[in-house]
Amino acid sequence: MVDVATFKPNTVYVTYIAASPEKVWQALTDPAFTRQYFGGFSIDVEPKTGGAFYLRYPDGKVHMSGRVLDWSPPRRFSCTWVVEGMPEFRELPECIVTYEIEQAGGAVKLTMIESHSWDVPDAILQGGRTGWPAILSSLKSVLETGKPLDVKLAPPEGMVEAVKKAVAERAWAKG
Amino acid sequence: MSSKPKFVYVTYIRSTPEKVWQALTDPAFTRQFWYGAYQECDWTVGSPWKLMIPDGRIADSGEVLESAPPNRLVLSWRNEFIEMREEGYSRMTYDIAAQGELTKLSVTHEMDRNESKLIAAVSGGWPMILASLKSLLETGASFAETRRWPEGM
Repeated sequence: MVDVATFKPNTVYVTYIAASPEKVWQALTDPAFTRQYFGGFSIDVEPKTGGAFYLRYPDGKVHMSGRVLDWSPPRRFSCTWVVEGMPEFRELPECIVTYEIEQAGGAVKLTMIESHSWDVPDAILQGGRTGWPAILSSLKSVLETGKPLDVKLAPPEGMVEAVKKAVAERAWAKG
Repeated sequence: MSSKPKFVYVTYIRSTPEKVWQALTDPAFTRQFWYGAYQECDWTVGSPWKLMIPDGRIADSGEVLESAPPNRLVLSWRNEFIEMREEGYSRMTYDIAAQGELTKLSVTHEMDRNESKLIAAVSGGWPMILASLKSLLETGASFAETRRWPEGM
């Protein structure tokens, strides 16, 4: 298991959703939901702390893999992430993605925290900073209107180059 | 190296830039998702801008620095409450862009100081206001708690 204490939050996104904590939990963990709002990926998760976690392409191939660090329905879901589906990215150290779900008046507050154990260049963080608002905006629309948003996303400019450079230099091993 | 306080938030809304612009500027809309608050402004460059609390107090004030409806608005923005007024003016930008049948709304709120209570405060406030705006435009209903000013504030 990873040493969670060495990970620092780099990207945090908060939204509020007119739904119950249970519905938000389901939307985050049920493949029938993630397919709608998460770039077409299906989540495949063993529902327990320590369980295996995957995000799969529609054909079943693995895009992301990881381990569940915290499975506490309907409040907190945390896992490690390694990008498997893109060759340059799979060499990078894992990150941790944590979802926190809290009641906030009549709505639910959903907080996504992306944490890293090394000094990640901004050009790489930009991937998550571009992707999370689209993914979580679409999740909110699915739960509130039944319809996802069709957001067109591509890796931000310079991201792939920054990943290649970090991998070549093993930037995370410095210091 | 210290970076200046800056809050960036992006949301995607199933709506048009014109509707999003209207929702962000028209008192009949802002009262529904901005805790009952409304703005006094004619939205032209150089004009004064005020964010009004429903009881008539001024929460924030400034002026219009850039205005290109329905795609971009930049305001200077000072909080009028005692504890933050002395920080002076922050800068708040709306970027509103069509993406197919969606609109991408980006809010950037920044302050040219080393530390800012105002940026810390708005970082906590914007996500609820913008989530309620998105719900209003997509479903017709904002969050109930954003329709009135919080008691004691």
